[in-house]
Amino acid sequence: MGSYLFYFLIYPGFLFAAVIGAFLSWFDRKITARVQFRKGPPVLQPFYDFFKLLLVKETILPARGAKGLFLAAPVFAVFGATMAGVFILLPLINITTGFKGDLIVIFYLLTIPSLCYVIGALASGNPLAAVGASREMKLIMSYELTFLLVLAGIIIKAGQSIDLYQIIQMQQEGTPFIGSISGILLFIVAIFCLQAKLAMVPFDMPEAETEICGGIFIEYSGTPYAMVKLSKYMLLFILPALVIAILMNGIRLEGLGILWAVLKLVAVVLLLTLIRNTNPRVKIKQAIRFFFVWMNLLAIIAIVLAIFGL
Amino acid sequence: MSKQTLIPVGPYHPLQEEPELFKLYCEGEIVKDVKWETGYNHRGIEKLAEQKSYDEVFFLVERICGICSTSHPFAFANAVEEIAEVEVTNRAKYIRSIIGELERIHSHLLWVGLAGHFLGYNTLFMWAWKYREPVLDLFEMITGNRNSYAMFKVGGVRRDIENTKITTIAKVLALVKKKTDLLVGAVMDDPVIHARTKGVGILTKEDILNFAAVGPTARASGVDIDIRRDDPYAAYPLVNWKVITAQAGDVFAKAEVRLLEMYESISIIEQCLEGLKKEKEGDIDVKIKHIPEGYGTGRAEAPRGEVFHFVISDGSNSPARHKIRAPSYTNIATFKKSCVGQSISDATISLAAVDPCYCCTERLAVALDRNSGKRIMNAKEIIAHSTLITQNLLQLHNLSK
Repeated sequence: MGSYLFYFLIYPGFLFAAVIGAFLSWFDRKITARVQFRKGPPVLQPFYDFFKLLLVKETILPARGAKGLFLAAPVFAVFGATMAGVFILLPLINITTGFKGDLIVIFYLLTIPSLCYVIGALASGNPLAAVGASREMKLIMSYELTFLLVLAGIIIKAGQSIDLYQIIQMQQEGTPFIGSISGILLFIVAIFCLQAKLAMVPFDMPEAETEICGGIFIEYSGTPYAMVKLSKYMLLFILPALVIAILMNGIRLEGLGILWAVLKLVAVVLLLTLIRNTNPRVKIKQAIRFFFVWMNLLAIIAIVLAIFGL
Repeated sequence: MSKQTLIPVGPYHPLQEEPELFKLYCEGEIVKDVKWETGYNHRGIEKLAEQKSYDEVFFLVERICGICSTSHPFAFANAVEEIAEVEVTNRAKYIRSIIGELERIHSHLLWVGLAGHFLGYNTLFMWAWKYREPVLDLFEMITGNRNSYAMFKVGGVRRDIENTKITTIAKVLALVKKKTDLLVGAVMDDPVIHARTKGVGILTKEDILNFAAVGPTARASGVDIDIRRDDPYAAYPLVNWKVITAQAGDVFAKAEVRLLEMYESISIIEQCLEGLKKEKEGDIDVKIKHIPEGYGTGRAEAPRGEVFHFVISDGSNSPARHKIRAPSYTNIATFKKSCVGQSISDATISLAAVDPCYCCTERLAVALDRNSGKRIMNAKEIIAHSTLITQNLLQLHNLSK
């Protein structure tokens, strides 16, 4: 019991994911700044941001909103992200949970933060947040199916195994899944799903600052917004970690393996950052069409290829 | 009938850098109606101009707009020179055109950047603004100011561009041209930008004529108007250039027109620099002793469209009446056409596509009662109210006598 609590709260759960996520958030911002000829923030900026929101800034509640739900939503988002983080990161650091169906659970847990944002936005009673929430909901519906197809492709490649630990072990003994045509296709689709899950440009329309002023998060301030930020930091770590686990043969925490682990993580986040900095925001309609038609098509092709063992 | 929600864009909104309020009445994401309220920025410039001498008015009208700060002095100079019936020297004409066109380049670069920002493409935003910097540096070299150049006066310009500076200016222009190529490539060839801007916020030729829209907004819909050609002033008749038009009338066409206009501006400046070499240095000023009675109109093509100034002179040192019309005044009205029926994402970029400048265009604010529609205050009451507020402020700070 004690070790589970340690897993959940310290390593590799809440604290570890949050700290690494914060550093990755700095990396994302720094690269963005360098691409845009700016200097960029110092390394500890995400921590300054978080603690300022948590401890210093005033929390303002919407007068006409459902306050309890509004405040609970970000907390549940953090819980969801933490749970998903534990399930993804434990197999990644070569500790088996002994749970044979965890890929399905991870899929569900990763939806929780997005759903919490939607609930919080709708609870705030702000019309701009409502527009943002409707966009986020449409976005969830468009990318979730695609993401499920990616996982299905992985399951087929792993010989019907839905145990993340086994999937990683299989790759470490053989070749990583990305080393095949279907693997590359799945990787491309997964990266776009991540982009949408993280609400980064070109899929940041739920927040769309210049259209709806931050949309789903418009009413958040102070401590609740710190929670939102925290969940975002964590997602920025655990989602790339999931891609590394399912496609890039996981990591091995010994000797050169640590360097490889860092390199893989940085490479995936760098890819996300570059996509975000070389594209304008698309419209929600276009995003839905993009996922439903093109990404699903690509994922299905990958699955068919995987069935034939390519 | 489904329920309409009000999505406010303003008074303080990340979309626009100025205070204004657009009320988008939406059903779901679709904008069904749009109403706007301006008047947050009324500064009483026309009245102020009547209390200043002709030389001072130039500095005043320069501050109507921070971005197109030369077009207003340009139009005012044209108006006053019409009253005084003076013809400025060729050198002054060339210098005026150079300033005007440099301003067009930096204003269009600014718009391209902002449009990128509105689309969530912040990289384009930062890049366009970085490449705008050399133009501002050029302004500093020529006029001493990066913005609000204080170059114009009745009968000429205040500072000469020495012939020794011409090579430097040409060098910077070559650099700007190279960077423009890059931006044009980035905008015109990007499939996602195409997806976001093509077929969005379309204004037909008819709409433009109905709303009397001007500038790049009109030219993007195939209406071939440009004051520089239609009512020639300064050095524009002396150089070769063409008016850029596009036919589609959507946001992409507006971007296209602005981007291609930058090339024309660069070409105009290059020709003006050649012209400068032929003229005698220092010959930039016609001495004017007295502005006679009469009235004059001045027009100038600002980066956003036609600027119109009307000046009545009673023979005294300052204008008796000064009427200003900024291009945004007519361009803003097109929102009624371009935004209705679009989604919120499209409506916001359509709002930004005409490059509106609200504080330029605000000349009058009327306080109406919401229910009866009657005026709450007349002019005298507004003045009395203003005096009261001032007194209260003075008392607050213990400054009253």
